[in-house]
Amino acid sequence: MPELNTSSLPDLIFTVLFFFMMVTSMRDVEVKVQVKTPVGGSEIEKLERKSLVSHIYIGPPSKSYRATYGTAPQIQLNEYFAEPEAIREFVVAERESMSEKDKPFMKMSLKIDQGVQMGIVTDVKQELRKARALNIVYSATKENKD
Amino acid sequence: MGKGKRKVPGLNQSSTADISFILLIFFLVTTSMDTDSGLSRRLPEWDPDAVEQEMKIKERNVMTVQVNKNNEIFVKNGVINRVIDISELKDIAKEFIANPDDNINLPIHEEYDIKDYGVVVTTYKHVISLQTDRTTNYEIYFQVQHELSKAYTELRDAWAKKTFGKKFAECDEDQQAVVKGYYPNKISEAEPKQYGTAQ
Repeated sequence: MPELNTSSLPDLIFTVLFFFMMVTSMRDVEVKVQVKTPVGGSEIEKLERKSLVSHIYIGPPSKSYRATYGTAPQIQLNEYFAEPEAIREFVVAERESMSEKDKPFMKMSLKIDQGVQMGIVTDVKQELRKARALNIVYSATKENKD
Repeated sequence: MGKGKRKVPGLNQSSTADISFILLIFFLVTTSMDTDSGLSRRLPEWDPDAVEQEMKIKERNVMTVQVNKNNEIFVKNGVINRVIDISELKDIAKEFIANPDDNINLPIHEEYDIKDYGVVVTTYKHVISLQTDRTTNYEIYFQVQHELSKAYTELRDAWAKKTFGKKFAECDEDQQAVVKGYYPNKISEAEPKQYGTAQ
C-alpha cells in the first residue's frame, strides 16, 4: 500500500489557522466574576459592531477570587473590581479610546449574572446616566427555539 | 571542501504541520468567537429636576410595574391593580399601550404628527414606569423588560402589517421610524425608589 502523501497537510492547517485568526478576536480581559446572563427569546438582538461596545461585568467573584473578595457581587471594569463611583472614569477612558465619529454610538454592554440583586444594577445605571453613557444593552443569551 | 556543485539536501518539512497545529491551538485558546447579544435600552438623561416632570403626567396615561423584593410583579393602571403572573404581563401591556376600545381609564388617543408621514391618532402620551426594589432579583427584572419589549414588537408588527404590508423588521429605515412614531417605546427606567426600606 502506498504511503499517504502528507506534504499538503501544513498548508491545510495554515488555512484553518488563518480562518480562525479572521473570525475571532482576542479575548480582551480575564473575567473574574461568574456571569450567567439571563435567557431571552425573540427580543434579543445581536450587537453588530464590537468596536463600539464596552463591557461591565457584575456578578459574584469566581472561585479563585473568593478568598480575597468574598461572595458578594462585584463590578468588574477592565481587569479590576471597582466601586460604582469608578464607572464615570471608566466611561471617559473608553470614550477617549474611540474615534470621534464613533463616540455618540458608544454602547455599554451590561453582563449581569441572573442571581444579582437590582440594587447594584441600579447604582451602575445611575452612574452611567451621570457619565452620559446612555446606550446600554442588557446582555443575554438567546434561547435557541422560539 | 566546497568545490564543484554540491546537492543541497531538501529541508525536512515533516514538522511544519505540528508547528502550525500548535499555532492553531494557541489561537483557539486565546481568542473568543462569542458574539454579544442582548436587550438594547436607552437610559434617560441625568437631570436632577426630572422627578417633577413625572408628576405632570395624567394618571390614565401611566402604567406602573413594580417588582418587589419577593419578586412579585404588581401592575397598576386604569383598569388593573393587582399582582400578576409574568405570563399575563405582555397582554396587559399591549392592552394598555394600544387602548383599542378607547377606554377612558387607559391612555388617551391624541393626534400626533409623525415626520414625513402625517398626522395619526395614537396613545403616544402613555408611559410605562418600571420600578424595582434594591433586593429584586435581576433575572425577574430582565424578564419583565423582555415581556414589555415583546408587547411593543407585537403591536408594531401588527400596525406595520396593516400600513406597509410587512413586519416591522422587514420595513426599511424610514418606515420603521414611522412605526416607532406610532408606537414609541415609553418604558421609563425610573429613578430608584425606596419601597419598604425608607417607610
